[in-house]
Amino acid sequence: MDTTLFKFIWRYSKTQQITLLLVTLVSFPFLYFSLDLPKIIINQAIGGSEFPKPVLGYDLEQIEYLLVLSFAFLALVLINGGFKFWINVFRGRLGERMLRRLRYILYGRVLRFPLPQFRKTSQGEIIAMVTAEVEPLGGYIGEALSLPAFQGGTLLTIIGFIMVQNPILGVAAIALYPIQMYIIPKLQRKINLLGKERVQAVRRLSEQIGESVSGAQEIHVHDTSAYARAHISLWLAKIYDIRYEIYRRKFFIKFLNNFIAQVTPFLFYSIGGVLVIKGHLSFGALVAVLAAYKDLSAPWKELLAHYQVAADARIKYDQLIEQFQPARMLPEEQQLGGPETFPALDGDIEISNVIVEDEDGFKSLDSANAIIPIKGSTAILGSSESGRDDLARLIARLTLHDKGTVKLAGSDISDVHEGLLGRRTAYVDQNAFVFSGTIRENIFYGLQHRPLAGLDGSSEEELLRDAAIKEAVLAGNSIDDPLADWIDFAGVGLTDKEQVEAHINDILNACGLRRDLREFGLQSSVQISRYPGLEDAILKARQELLSRLDDPKIARLVEPFDRDKFNSNMTVGENILMGTPVGPEFDLHNLGRNSYILSVLNKTNLYHQFLETGGKVAGMMIELFKDLPPGHEFFEQYSFIQSDDLPEFQQILRRAETQGLDGLSEEDKTQLLSLPFMLIPDRHRLGLADKDIRSKLVAARKIFADDLPDNLKDAIEFYDVDRYNAAASVQDNILFGKIAHGRAQARKEIGQVIDDVLEKLNLDQTLIDLGLDMPVGIAGGRLSSAQRQKICLARAMIKNPDLLILNDPLSALDRKTQEALMGDVIERFKGRGLIWVLNQPELASRFDRVLVMEEGRIVEQGTTEQLAKAGSRYHALAIA
Amino acid sequence: MDLEEAARTLKNIPLFSKLEPSKLKLLAFASDQLIFDDGEVIFSTGDRADSAYFIESGEAEVFVDFDDKHVKVNHLGPHDLFGEMALFLSTGRSAIVIAKGDLKVMKLDGSMFLKMVTENPDAALGVMTVLSEKLVSTSQSLANKS
Repeated sequence: MDTTLFKFIWRYSKTQQITLLLVTLVSFPFLYFSLDLPKIIINQAIGGSEFPKPVLGYDLEQIEYLLVLSFAFLALVLINGGFKFWINVFRGRLGERMLRRLRYILYGRVLRFPLPQFRKTSQGEIIAMVTAEVEPLGGYIGEALSLPAFQGGTLLTIIGFIMVQNPILGVAAIALYPIQMYIIPKLQRKINLLGKERVQAVRRLSEQIGESVSGAQEIHVHDTSAYARAHISLWLAKIYDIRYEIYRRKFFIKFLNNFIAQVTPFLFYSIGGVLVIKGHLSFGALVAVLAAYKDLSAPWKELLAHYQVAADARIKYDQLIEQFQPARMLPEEQQLGGPETFPALDGDIEISNVIVEDEDGFKSLDSANAIIPIKGSTAILGSSESGRDDLARLIARLTLHDKGTVKLAGSDISDVHEGLLGRRTAYVDQNAFVFSGTIRENIFYGLQHRPLAGLDGSSEEELLRDAAIKEAVLAGNSIDDPLADWIDFAGVGLTDKEQVEAHINDILNACGLRRDLREFGLQSSVQISRYPGLEDAILKARQELLSRLDDPKIARLVEPFDRDKFNSNMTVGENILMGTPVGPEFDLHNLGRNSYILSVLNKTNLYHQFLETGGKVAGMMIELFKDLPPGHEFFEQYSFIQSDDLPEFQQILRRAETQGLDGLSEEDKTQLLSLPFMLIPDRHRLGLADKDIRSKLVAARKIFADDLPDNLKDAIEFYDVDRYNAAASVQDNILFGKIAHGRAQARKEIGQVIDDVLEKLNLDQTLIDLGLDMPVGIAGGRLSSAQRQKICLARAMIKNPDLLILNDPLSALDRKTQEALMGDVIERFKGRGLIWVLNQPELASRFDRVLVMEEGRIVEQGTTEQLAKAGSRYHALAIA
Repeated sequence: MDLEEAARTLKNIPLFSKLEPSKLKLLAFASDQLIFDDGEVIFSTGDRADSAYFIESGEAEVFVDFDDKHVKVNHLGPHDLFGEMALFLSTGRSAIVIAKGDLKVMKLDGSMFLKMVTENPDAALGVMTVLSEKLVSTSQSLANKS
């Protein structure tokens, strides 16, 4: 990175800055003419007398002359405006481009930070630096040279003008400039230091906020919000103090500047006055000088302000440099470029006299020596403080060694290209990080090293992409197309589609992910158009399931949707809708307020019945729940009326006692009407259960569907046995009915029936595909930690690495599954390299070799047979 | 059966015989009516206990594992309450209950059940009596088997 801001500006925007300067210079004569022209118009055109005047070979009368000059003035105004517009746009674009470049450089450096750096620099700080802190730099860079040139030029022109009028006054006009130029930088320096402090304080604030967000759970669990508030308050106070101090000093400088600016007229009045009185200066000249002086103050102020901005920008840049130049950063050429392919790893990992030491001098690896053949399986044993983690991370170059050498297949690991490690090795530990996106994207994440093929043809997209590339080049950004196909299956030896699919399935099996994905697939609601053939498959499964309902044992588990029958396992509302609501319009809780639903109730003579039932339900809810303390869990679990609303319903019922239900206000009626929709009559036993009402509800269902206005058609997806319901999950689509609530094991048993159907129709693979497309949520929030770990293992294994380094990667899984998956991974990596940091030493016998670690040293290494003799540490750890 | 009727049925449980009607209704409201076929398991040893059961009609048998064998320790009939013991002890189920013939039960929500018992002194005393009786009968039944 360039050491100073100016160097950075000069290196990347030299030509643009010079262009800007030249255009500024070219604009000066026009500016001068536009200032000069009014004088000519007034003195010569309006106040003149010698006409006709010759202009460009034409003799012009007074009026014509005036008009020509006036239009010339208008033209100059346009030209000046045009110059300003062009300069401003050019400046703005230049600034933004440089900002884009700077951010990209900073981000690129973050990607090359040695990992321990992230212990010192928090995520919040880095984000604040790359986003908010560099923002003002863009504005500054655009005007870095052109603004002082423009304002300075203007200043010099005006000073020159005053000098021409009277040299003494000219000297007087700038007499105090040296004082300002001496004092103000001194004052400014203190402000600069404060500015530096402010930047650091804001970074700490971001860090604290970032920490509170990541640790929100802990804050709730331990009731430490007051503590957190106090700490934030501390940093806010610091920022306040600094800013207040900056304001005080800044405005003092302003005060001083204003004062000095007013001292000069004082000189004009006194010295100039004496000169006029004594007859050394004409009165008119003094007035002209005073007017010119007024024009002088604007560019001078701009220059001073620019000086402050420049100082501020310099500090910011210096601070960025400080933060973004950590020691032992990965050299750029070890991350970018590099060969197309990397040779397979063979030979040994040689670790000699390696010391890894932290800032406090603690040595997590202390003269570690080992030779590990890459081929074969190796278990690393030791306590969690033995240095085993750092040994594993050392081999993956995630931990950097301070002394000694580490060689991977003959090359010093410090010098190899990241491509070699990223494509030929893989490392997984317990901290299973998943990116937001789908599971599929996460599993293929490690196959995306460079874009394979971008867009083809010269489509509109292609042209847009071309323009984007040109702009990216100008800003020194990446020109790789993020939307291109990046997933490189060929790079891991898979050439055709079948091979790829077989490989993926194999990995999903090996990582125990198939069941999870199948379940995700069942629970997902999918855009059917994205999966050709899926609709037919699901409908087939639905038919298959429906046909199994001939068996009375299965029939009693589920009540299928039937447009002509009341479904006793659905609520009254669901029975009327007979479809899945899309959006809030027909949400179960809103039905009592929905005017279309109410019109349907009126048409089927159900309105009064609903009102009565609503009253009855409200009465029962009050009777049942009135003694419970507000907010009791039973309200959430069982009541149709939340505790806060209970008193309101009590009043409605009291009013109903005197006025009758029909005499209630519309608002009261709406409240009561909302209740019956939530009833499952057979289950809740609160009414609407008789046969007559059921047939009326079925009639209401028909009217609801038949008369549905066009503008509400998108608000519901009807249950149609011949159509896929895009608003419901895949499982609900197959089931096409409600699980019976009267049978305890219904959910479990019907699950088995569905499994059976899926297997018969060979739909497992389809569901796994759907499951792979499930979004994982931010940082994998929708997954369990076991699922996250399995996905990370799959991400590593799909690369077909020559060397897989696993640092207790399945800690969130139960022991039995862990052991089963371990056996499978060992089997798959026969003939390749596998290093496993083991938490269960008794499993070490499954590996070819064992390394035993103690206090940062490798105290024993050899084959399992060699070490299995009594008295060895391995024996003590794993066998005894 | 509507809610009033269900509440009246629950009054047959000695524990709740003195409970106000509205409390019984709440208990009934928070319950599910379930049907089991002959031989179906209602719960097994070690299952998490989150509810008590009240037999509306039909019969059930209770077994415990003893020396790797199912040993029948109790026979339940209409208006019998079972499964409440594990609620009090907050342990898993200590026995297996299997339907004998068609069985219709009310599954009473565990936390609601406990609330009714703890907030009503009469019920609390009833619990002690019932548990003591059960302890005696189970011990006797085991003594007879062995």
